[in-house]
Amino acid sequence: MSLRDRLRALLGRDAVLETTGGPDEAPRVAPASPDAVALLLGTAHEEGWRVRIEGAGTWMSTDAPADLALTTRRLDRVPSIAPQDLTATTEAGIGCDLLRQQLADRGAWLAVDPPGLAGRTLGSIVATGTSGPLRQGFGPIRDHLLGVTFVTGDGRIIQSGGRVMKNVAGYDLTRLQAGGFGAFGVIVLVHLRLRALPRADTTFLLEGGREDLTQVAEDIRATGLEPAALELVSPALARRERWVLAVRLAGSAALVAADEAGLRAATRGRFTPLRAEEAHAFWMRAAEGLATRPVAFRIGGLPEGGDELLDLLQHQVGDEWISASPGVGVIRWAGDTTPGRLRHLRRALAEKEVPLTLERAPWTLRGAVGHFGQYRENVSPLVAGLRRTFDPGEHFVVAIEGDG
Amino acid sequence: MNLAGALAAIVGTRHVRAARAERVTYAMDGLPTHRWVPGIVALPGTRDEVVAVVRLLAAAGVPFVPRGAGTGLSGGALAGEGAVLVVLTRLNRILTIDPRARIAVVEPGVVNARLSNAAAPYGLQYAPDPSSQTACTIGGNVAENAGGPHCLKYGVTSNHILALEVVLADGRVVRLGSPGGEPWGPDLVGLFVGSEGNFGVATRISVRLTPVPAAVRTLLADFPTLRAAGEAVSAIIASGIVPAALEMMDQSCIRAVEDSVYAAGYPRDAAAVLLVELDGRAETAVAAETASVEAILARHGARSVRSAATARERERLWQGRKKAFGAMGRLSRDLVVQDAVVPRSTLPDVLETIGRIAAEHGLLVSNVFHAGDGNLHPNISFDGTDPEMKARVEQASAEIMATCIAAGGTITGEHGVGIDKLRYMPLVFDGDSLAAMYAVRRVFDPAERVNPGKVVPLHACREWVR
Ligand SMILES: Cc1cc2nc3c(=O)[nH]c(=O)nc-3n(C[C@H](O)[C@H](O)[C@H](O)COP(=O)(O)OP(=O)(O)OC[C@H]3O[C@@H](n4cnc5c(N)ncnc54)[C@H](O)[C@@H]3O)c2cc1C
Repeated sequence: MSLRDRLRALLGRDAVLETTGGPDEAPRVAPASPDAVALLLGTAHEEGWRVRIEGAGTWMSTDAPADLALTTRRLDRVPSIAPQDLTATTEAGIGCDLLRQQLADRGAWLAVDPPGLAGRTLGSIVATGTSGPLRQGFGPIRDHLLGVTFVTGDGRIIQSGGRVMKNVAGYDLTRLQAGGFGAFGVIVLVHLRLRALPRADTTFLLEGGREDLTQVAEDIRATGLEPAALELVSPALARRERWVLAVRLAGSAALVAADEAGLRAATRGRFTPLRAEEAHAFWMRAAEGLATRPVAFRIGGLPEGGDELLDLLQHQVGDEWISASPGVGVIRWAGDTTPGRLRHLRRALAEKEVPLTLERAPWTLRGAVGHFGQYRENVSPLVAGLRRTFDPGEHFVVAIEGDG
Repeated sequence: MNLAGALAAIVGTRHVRAARAERVTYAMDGLPTHRWVPGIVALPGTRDEVVAVVRLLAAAGVPFVPRGAGTGLSGGALAGEGAVLVVLTRLNRILTIDPRARIAVVEPGVVNARLSNAAAPYGLQYAPDPSSQTACTIGGNVAENAGGPHCLKYGVTSNHILALEVVLADGRVVRLGSPGGEPWGPDLVGLFVGSEGNFGVATRISVRLTPVPAAVRTLLADFPTLRAAGEAVSAIIASGIVPAALEMMDQSCIRAVEDSVYAAGYPRDAAAVLLVELDGRAETAVAAETASVEAILARHGARSVRSAATARERERLWQGRKKAFGAMGRLSRDLVVQDAVVPRSTLPDVLETIGRIAAEHGLLVSNVFHAGDGNLHPNISFDGTDPEMKARVEQASAEIMATCIAAGGTITGEHGVGIDKLRYMPLVFDGDSLAAMYAVRRVFDPAERVNPGKVVPLHACREWVR
């Protein structure tokens, strides 16, 4: 029996998707429940199959060499939205656009705006630990998680955290899963912390030279303003002539009005407000633009330390596609590059104690340098131990480490 | 040389307690129901001394327990006769405060409130503010993932830790995270926070500081029933306004506070009061949100809503809340400070059920808690010398935990599992999930020598075949 037939027998005909490639292409399996994921991985463990984990396939290239691809795309139910508690539980394969719509219908909002296409799955955002400009006001994706359920490489279903706002029962395995790139399991269910849909939500732009704009960003921060987003966007990404500093204010009408006045005072009225549709289009372009390049990475420095890091990027890999949160210290870069260049850049950044996380790249690149590259002293055995714990048979094809 | 002598060679004779009379002073933490006398107590004074102590204990194969101020409420900082208690209170230096990046680097023994005081001249604060903040240490906060009233808006400890230096059980030192807070590899900082001393000793902690808000309003609302107060909490949350703090106290707690030196002027005849704080940068915005909250409180049956007119009055209102545990401690010989979490919309029902459980067991339960997070503290007054009463307390606690779990909640929101809640862990996690936690602990500490016997109930772990 072929592998495809065995998978059909195991999970049903519907679960094995048609693929476009030839007969040599790895079958793509779409389990429809957490239990089915566990059954599949339990069998993979017994059979020694190597598994590539996929969401909707819109962000990471689906090219890791494996016996089969496990996609979460049929795990797309939303078992619970509790607007009165501002929490929700959703399966990991739901597209962010669909989730956003369902939440908005109930007056709720997940305050994350990661790069990528609108249909990117929630699970992929959690697994890659990706957040966008809203991290300035609402923190990285891990701050929005109340708990996750995941399936290990040998098919065990593990819960961590829960559905409530505070929880210190047991170790925080949720934090390990957020940004673990699937090396520690397949995330199947996510418990989210929500916010009320902001009553007012306005974006302001200022175009200018990069260094001038980083100074403006620092001035804004110095006033104590806490915008939802404070993002420095490169001309190509913003589709403008020059660099753009975008300020997003979101919250109650009174809060946004007060912050708008504060912004005007701090910057002598240099910012221009966008109409709602323009703002939507601006942020969407900035998010989607980063998914049009073959490679994306993020680096995390000190807040206000961005200029020097941007210079370094410009010098080593170019600065055409950049979106940076100067108030947080995180810079996202997109473009094309080589393993050699990335290694070189990583070394330069490591000297400044700045980590580089490779978020998106073809297998040839991520397989060579890894999502994380090399760890600091004595960390490697810990990560290796955690991988052994959650994937004892080494079934997940995930390149978190690399040689640079 | 014996172990005490070897420890003394590292930390100095003055900083080793080997005599029983000295050791018994470390036999308890904030949890009144458990008492373990440590084998030896060592108080290293520097990070290098911690490393040397841990290496010595690793070589000797001796278990040890890190301890901060010993204010923990789940027995986490207790060490048995066969173990060494490593007390970190002498590592109390604030190493740097960087006002521009809003980051501080501290040693683990720095007392929580001291850090905020040190940051105040820069207009900054360390936001997580456990009620024990004048005593507890940042190291203890990291280990417990401590919360506090203002964590509703600002987030708990975990949201504020950027980087850690950790001495592992075998004496190796690892640096986790990065100066700006971006994980370096998998988020091991996030994994370490809340690990209750099971993953090693945090010797250097880098935290995020937050601007002190320019505008603050503090309201005290008084309610004729617990249910009405609980419903008001749900309504505020559902409105989308995020108060800086939203705390509730019931009548028994109010009266205890009013009878104590911390009397805050709470209405003694109220069934419950809510302490609501709103803050922000802009006076106008805070005023508008305050007006909205006042309207919600009135709509849900508040008999009165008082606004603190001066900073002094605000402090007084908070003093009563922060010292409520101390005040309740005077109600009886002993007090169990319970800790559980429920979805916020279930507060009215759960509070009623807790009242019923207390009545059924003939016990006095006083509630003072972080209502905005749904984080309950039903506190049971009792006399620990009365075994029959102690048994009723255990029974009532178990029923309260079961009630919270049935409501969709969990067994601890900030005080940790320690030894106190080991028995409840199987009620929230299945055997595989517990086994996963156990396996993770063994990655950090294969010999299980750091803080043995805490957090994960080994008997309930499904076997983890490998
Ligand atoms: C009156 C009162 C009010 C309280 N209010 C709150 C509250 O509002 N919110 C809240 O969250 N808690 C509260 N607590 C509980 C307690 O104060 C917190 O858990 C606090 O974080 C403990 O700090 P500590 O320094 O006393 O730690 P300890 O009690 O000494 O230790 C607690 C745990 O941390 C571990 N530990 C300590 N230091 C380190 C280190 N450097 N590295 C690794 N592990 C370490 C210990 O092994 C132990 O497991 C309260 C306690 C009291 C008595």
